[in-house]
Amino acid sequence: MSIQIRYITKRLGDFVAVDDVSLNVESGSLTALLGPSGSGKSTLLRIIAGLEWPDAGQIMISGKDATGVPPQKRGVGFVFQHYAAFKHMTVADNIAFGLKVRRRPRAEIRDRVEELLHLVQLEGLGNRYPVQLSGGQRQRMGLARALAPEPDVLLLDEPFGALDARVRAELREWLTRLHDVVHVTTVFVTHDQEEAMEVADQIAVMNRGHLEQVGTPRELYDLPANEFVMRFVGDANEVGGVLVRPHDVELLPESSNGAIEAMIVRVTMLGRDAKVELHDATGAEIVALLTRDRFEELELWRGQTVWVRPRRERVLVP
Amino acid sequence: MARRLLSRLGLRFVAFGYLTIILVGPLAIVFWRTFEDGFAPAWDALTTPETIHAFKLTLIITAIAVPVNTVFGIVAALAIVRKRFPGKGVLNAFIDLPLALSPVVVGLALFLLYGREGWLGGWLDQHDIQFLFALPSMVVATIFVSLPFVAREVVPTLQEIGDEQEQAARTLGANGLQTFWRITLPSIRWAVIYGVILTTARCLGEYGAVAVVSGRLQGQTETATLRVQERYDAFDLAGAYAISIALALLAILVLVAMTVIRPRGKTI
Amino acid sequence: MVGLPIAALVFEATSEGSRSFWDAVSSPEAVSALKITLGTSFAVTLLNGVLGTITAWVLVRDDFRGKSVVNAIIDLPFALPTIVAGLTLLALYGPTSPIGINVAFTKASIVLAMMFVTLPFVVRTVQPVLEELDPEIEQAAHSLGASNFKTFRRVIFPALLPGILSGLALAFAKAVGEFGSLVIITGNIPFDTEVSAVYIYGRIESGDSTAAAAAAVVLLAISFGTLLSIGVIRTFATRHDRG
Repeated sequence: MSIQIRYITKRLGDFVAVDDVSLNVESGSLTALLGPSGSGKSTLLRIIAGLEWPDAGQIMISGKDATGVPPQKRGVGFVFQHYAAFKHMTVADNIAFGLKVRRRPRAEIRDRVEELLHLVQLEGLGNRYPVQLSGGQRQRMGLARALAPEPDVLLLDEPFGALDARVRAELREWLTRLHDVVHVTTVFVTHDQEEAMEVADQIAVMNRGHLEQVGTPRELYDLPANEFVMRFVGDANEVGGVLVRPHDVELLPESSNGAIEAMIVRVTMLGRDAKVELHDATGAEIVALLTRDRFEELELWRGQTVWVRPRRERVLVP
Repeated sequence: MARRLLSRLGLRFVAFGYLTIILVGPLAIVFWRTFEDGFAPAWDALTTPETIHAFKLTLIITAIAVPVNTVFGIVAALAIVRKRFPGKGVLNAFIDLPLALSPVVVGLALFLLYGREGWLGGWLDQHDIQFLFALPSMVVATIFVSLPFVAREVVPTLQEIGDEQEQAARTLGANGLQTFWRITLPSIRWAVIYGVILTTARCLGEYGAVAVVSGRLQGQTETATLRVQERYDAFDLAGAYAISIALALLAILVLVAMTVIRPRGKTI
Repeated sequence: MVGLPIAALVFEATSEGSRSFWDAVSSPEAVSALKITLGTSFAVTLLNGVLGTITAWVLVRDDFRGKSVVNAIIDLPFALPTIVAGLTLLALYGPTSPIGINVAFTKASIVLAMMFVTLPFVVRTVQPVLEELDPEIEQAAHSLGASNFKTFRRVIFPALLPGILSGLALAFAKAVGEFGSLVIITGNIPFDTEVSAVYIYGRIESGDSTAAAAAAVVLLAISFGTLLSIGVIRTFATRHDRG
């Protein structure tokens, strides 16, 4: 159940929310739409769902043109950031809703609800009301509800955004495992690059309505297409006019070709690594990440002056 | 500390005094006066044929006006909160208008419109439909004055709930009717109920507009409220009191319902 | 359904030409009725403003047994038919008054009746504002050295003002158009205790629709004006909440 997004544009008044975005989502994959607020990622997701109409472009789902099709006929499951739980229905009724409106036989509905309650680990809570559940439980219910009618595509809009950090991390892992079991084509929106890197097969980075880069987490980290992607995905430093990742920053005891002078202001030991914060001649901050071995080899201390150089192969010229 | 206690007691005194002088005192006196001579005379006054007819008429009008305004209120609220259309502000203002308008003005407007020389009056006359001085005009007048209540209760609730649940329902495959019936309506039900209670109270108590359009024909177009006036004019104070007590008891029932329902509206 | 009758009203009022409209509006009885109406309505509105705010304060900030009953009573004028209200006021403050107060057939009775029907308005518009008031704002004021009174005047009162004003506007609109509760206790004496609504009714009964319509249009205009001002107050009140 692949998705093809072709030249989608959406304007809200004078503001261009989505600017000529094209993207392919392979059947069964987990794609993240990553970007800061206002980048258009949620709008794009809602266009895929049919909750909003594009001004230009096409959405193809499973090879068929879905652009003019209303959401109820698209076969998409949607999970909302603030759950959108049907507050006046029990958890079981919430999950059963998609099946009830399709008038499935009662026995079938009952079995499917049981199956899903088990899948999302909410067994025994079927008779509770959403207000009695925790945030994490409500979102798992939201997922079960979306999956119940066996959609071709699963869309999640910042699904863990309303939850606290620990629950977020748990659910993130849980989503990955779920995807391994269920294999439905999934697209989710997030502003958290760590989340995207950890969960997704493919990440589409968006900024101000533009699609900046699409690739695997590794591609985005190692081969960022532009300054925005480099800064947004993973950390980036500016050393001598180029951008370089912290662990690609080389520290040298003496001046060398292409190295600039900098003073160490802080050293933090992080398990296996050493984080060294430096200020260059202009006072700008540089963060270098060394292995512990290398750190001890160099015998570095706070206040020391060293020379800093980016490893040539891993830089980006902004 | 003492000063604070004093000011608190002082405020309480003012508030309670206000309420007693204006509300509670008068009502208590009427209760007393009505049953001063025992239960029987009051009962007799209430059960004369004209009075019974008056109550029936009030109930019939209410039974028509309330459902009409409930449906209208829900539809209008949905349109105002969820849709964009030209003239929305005007609709909103018009809904509030009956609250600010004198009932006599309402009655007069209907009178002019549907009366013999009025715009629609001629047409009605031709088809031999009796509007004024008969049930239809009284129903229309009552609908007019009790129009706003359901809409005004539902609108803020709809605004607060937002339409995410409806969006979720759509992605799950529900069509418009299913979404409305299974999702929208249940989520506004307490607001609707509260609005219905207010509407009912208004219908039961309507006087001014109905007084103008009904012609106040005893035994025919006299509602309970009009009957109170009639008994007073006929120097039957006891009768007037008796009917008033009956209406006041209904009002207290409404109050109780309002108090019970109001907090529920907030939780959901 | 709403628009047509209003239109008919305006049409009738002006049907005999603007001269006759003006004549009708400025007839001595009509003018007197209007003056009485506006005068008493203003007085009642102001009284309600003060007393209503105090009552709302007591209901929100104070605690005592039976508070929920008192709270419920406030809505009585909403639920009670106006004619019954008039009758009950007559019982206590009229010729057969057990406590010897008789204000029937005087202007005071107009004020009394209007106060009855408009009692809930200010209380109910101020209560929610008072309830939503963030106690931390007051605590901040206290911690900065403001006395209770100063805090009320500079911090609480301005926050309550929009609620009070819209309650006043609603009360005014209701008072101006009040009919049922006045019919019995005031005696409807022209030039003395006859308000505009009663005057209009009288004109209808005697078949003078044009005069009635003219006066009605005046009341209509007042109602519209009041509604508009409520809208303006609401927009003004939320100006700090909008982005």
